[in-house]
Amino acid sequence: MTHHYREQIKNIANKYGNDRGYLMNIARDIVKELGYISEEVVADLADVLNIPMVQVRDMVSFYSFFPRKTLGKNVIRVCNAVIERMKGADEVSKAFEKALGVSFGETTKDNLFTLLHTSCIGLSDQAPGALINNVPLTNLKPTDIPQIINDIKSGKNVSDLPQSRVLLNLKKEGEVICAPMESGKAIRNALNMKPEEVIGEINKSRLRGRGGAGFPTAMKWDFCRKQKSSVRYLICNADEGEPGTFKDRVILTEYPDLVFEGMTIAGYAIGAKEGIMYLRGEYAYLLDNLEKVLAKRRHLGLLGEHICGREDFSFDIRIQLGAGAYVCGEESALIESLEGKRGAPRDRPPFPVQKGYKNEPTSVNNVETLCCAARILEKGGEWFSKIGTKDSTGTKMLSVSGDCEHPGVYEVEYGITIENLLELVGAKNTQAVQVGGASGKCVAPKDFGRRISFEDLPTGGSIMIFSKNRDLLEYMYQFVEFFVEESCGWCVPCRAGTTLLEKKLRQILDGKGTAQSLAELRRIAQTIKLMSRCGLGQTSANPVLTTIYDFADLYAERIKEEDGKLMTFDLQKAMKVGIEASGRIKEGVK
Amino acid sequence: MSMNVVTFTIDGVEVKSAPDKTILQAADDVGIYIPRLCYLKDLPPGGHCRVCTVKVNGRPVNACTYPVAEGIVVENNTEELHSLRRNIIEMLFVEGNHFCPSCEVAGKCELQALAYRLALLTPQMPYLYAQKELDATHPDVYLDRNRCVLCGRCVRASIYLDKKNVFGFENRGISMRISVNSNDGLKDTNLTKDDKSMSVCPTGCLVVKRQGFTIPVGKRPYDKKPIGSEIETKTVNS
Amino acid sequence: MSKPVVATAHFTGCFGCHMSILDIDERILDLVELVEFNKSPINDIKNFTKPVDIGIIEGGISNDENAEILMEFRKHCKILVAIGACALTGGVPSMRNLVPLKECLEEAYLNGPTVKSENTGIIPNDPDIPVLLDKVYPCHEVVKIDYFLPGCPPTADTIWNALVALLKGEPLNLDYELIKYD
Repeated sequence: MTHHYREQIKNIANKYGNDRGYLMNIARDIVKELGYISEEVVADLADVLNIPMVQVRDMVSFYSFFPRKTLGKNVIRVCNAVIERMKGADEVSKAFEKALGVSFGETTKDNLFTLLHTSCIGLSDQAPGALINNVPLTNLKPTDIPQIINDIKSGKNVSDLPQSRVLLNLKKEGEVICAPMESGKAIRNALNMKPEEVIGEINKSRLRGRGGAGFPTAMKWDFCRKQKSSVRYLICNADEGEPGTFKDRVILTEYPDLVFEGMTIAGYAIGAKEGIMYLRGEYAYLLDNLEKVLAKRRHLGLLGEHICGREDFSFDIRIQLGAGAYVCGEESALIESLEGKRGAPRDRPPFPVQKGYKNEPTSVNNVETLCCAARILEKGGEWFSKIGTKDSTGTKMLSVSGDCEHPGVYEVEYGITIENLLELVGAKNTQAVQVGGASGKCVAPKDFGRRISFEDLPTGGSIMIFSKNRDLLEYMYQFVEFFVEESCGWCVPCRAGTTLLEKKLRQILDGKGTAQSLAELRRIAQTIKLMSRCGLGQTSANPVLTTIYDFADLYAERIKEEDGKLMTFDLQKAMKVGIEASGRIKEGVK
Repeated sequence: MSMNVVTFTIDGVEVKSAPDKTILQAADDVGIYIPRLCYLKDLPPGGHCRVCTVKVNGRPVNACTYPVAEGIVVENNTEELHSLRRNIIEMLFVEGNHFCPSCEVAGKCELQALAYRLALLTPQMPYLYAQKELDATHPDVYLDRNRCVLCGRCVRASIYLDKKNVFGFENRGISMRISVNSNDGLKDTNLTKDDKSMSVCPTGCLVVKRQGFTIPVGKRPYDKKPIGSEIETKTVNS
Repeated sequence: MSKPVVATAHFTGCFGCHMSILDIDERILDLVELVEFNKSPINDIKNFTKPVDIGIIEGGISNDENAEILMEFRKHCKILVAIGACALTGGVPSMRNLVPLKECLEEAYLNGPTVKSENTGIIPNDPDIPVLLDKVYPCHEVVKIDYFLPGCPPTADTIWNALVALLKGEPLNLDYELIKYD
């Protein structure tokens, strides 16, 4: 069966050499042209690429940004992550519903607008925000909304709206990431060394991965380099999806040269010719500028064939856009996604350094880690190792949001206490600090003397502050909801467990839980933590597990005495349909 | 120590194995049963169910993908792991819609058998009451997603054993489901009832039509003996 | 010392679990020696007349009457034991949970192939008929259940062993062959 758009699909696929590995890009372009990926498109695309349609459907159905049904001409994605809701996203959502006359998930009758929710878009410091046709709007107020809708209706570009301003919000510049740089200097220093010596310099700096897990970077590069293979890959993980993180947004906006410099050095060190930056789909608006920077670097001889005139070193970088899946921040899921598949993490071993992208040795490094690497080659491992603490050298870019006077990005030395950080950002009356995002730890005041560091409180950069007048557990519940939405589904404990955890927690928060419910909540959370397949699954119960003891009082006050009759069962509600269907009148039931 | 043998312990028992095996394979070889659901001997491991999770040097890993190594200390038969595995089985029962009394694979269903072996009296986690789709379009087989545990065996068997691509996954998270290689159900795929993928389903999700209830109660595989007995009673070749 | 008091109830199911209770054969004579029966279909006592030590319930909860009696049992019984697939999971009757109740009723009484005359059927609405619930619920989603005995039905041995253990205050351990879902 042929359809009128088959030619379009053919052309798009052709652009990518009909290579199934580029399915993400192909799907993206199809969405751009056709608006959505229908079942017919799935069939046609499978035919064009000569792969089973079940594989095409598998991939496209996984990502939020590949709609399966037709959407309106303008797609509005209102961010309803935790900080956004603290800052009024619910009111903004209502204003959108009112202005458009549709609910979330719906399209207006004139097909002009589709209204959707989305997870954190990396703008928590200027919340509430939204993406309209992938253009970010910030600091939205409910009163702005009618005008925004009218402007779009009258043909105004979203990027011309007054709200489409992303503030840099860099509040504290440190000496590693935010210092001035001379493009190419670090690369030239590196090229004067053997790759092993570059790794040695990184080793001297004791640099650890900035994504949160803190694996020693030199060791990762060394593993990768030592694998027997003629092809190796370097991947920069710019899929910053952890709620409340936006430091990569600032780095990619302000210091892209530093990132690419780090990638090039890493490529030299591990012996890779190709570097790929996996940029989260929500940051598509950064793409143009990043491509410009890449072009400039190619022009300067810092990328491409024979870098800095060296016959034996060629390296180039391409940028791959994600499509709205938090789990792709996990390195093996990211690799699967890069290969044009669903972003399901892999079992380890083998590790990506052994078998990564296209089954070749691959080093996946965080944006910030690569920046640090560039600096280390510029200023020396010795210099770097003197900043921070013994086990956490260097600085950390923190994304601070929530209840404080100065939300934004702070480059601080490792070892800073929560207390000092709160003072720095102007937070008062703090009830709790969520360190490390939804999957991180909720820290109680008794622990505010603890330090941001790998050995004490590790974080990929997200710091969310909750003041005492916040209903803390409701926000923990929203984190749990986030994991329900973002679980990849591959393994049972995370797929079913997160949904069950959400149900149980809701019961308790609604005042329908007993001591038994609390025990059940703990049992489910523990199973998710110990049995899930990947790091994201294993940490998805953290909103519960890190509050259930330190904030035990908040749970206790919602727990009801046991009387045998479960409060979760609502007889009146259960009878409603039966009464309506038979047209009966029953006393006490409406 | 020979290069071709690694020695380690499972629950304190010394096990020798070729170095290229997984913990689960090595355990099977010496008659130690590690509970499992999505794993099947002739297929590459899927890593979906996590039932075969064991602890290696105190850390949970899944036995069907984790390679053996010299000197590792594996915990398998512990009360903690039993209850965690039982919790996973319980999750599957409330996630799907399983009606054991009327199901043609009761007694030979691996999900049910694991529940028996792990002594799950009844699921008590909240039922999700999810609406799932049934595909009865094919003349000889049907796919009842109510009973699906998303083990992916059919997906892998179709690819690796049948050299077809009849099955795959669709959607993510709690909405994930088995999808088939057509726009309009199993009837438009090249699946036949004799395909290997038809014989690997651990539950009654994928079954041949007109063939139910062939073995009388009492004689079905798991009526008298727990799942895993076939491994535990195996003669160990030394 | 007076004998422990036992009550039993049947909700939505096939009464097979009660049959299984009777299936303990001659041990029923021992049972009568061991316990005193209160409200139960076995002796046709309609109302609770005293506090009950062990309540045994069969069947899932599919209508308001089921739910109310179950709550009454919870109130009167120190220990509540749910027996059989229907009480534990909803069982066969809960297969209707796959179809929305309204559709079920319309199919059964208005549109189904066995409905004789067109446009004259009604969905039964006599006030004396219990109201069907949106779903068939397992008992433990309505009240707290203390013990579960699986099976469709649980064998007489399962029930006997469990009852004896409870009466003696011993832990309830079921052998492999006694844990069955069908």
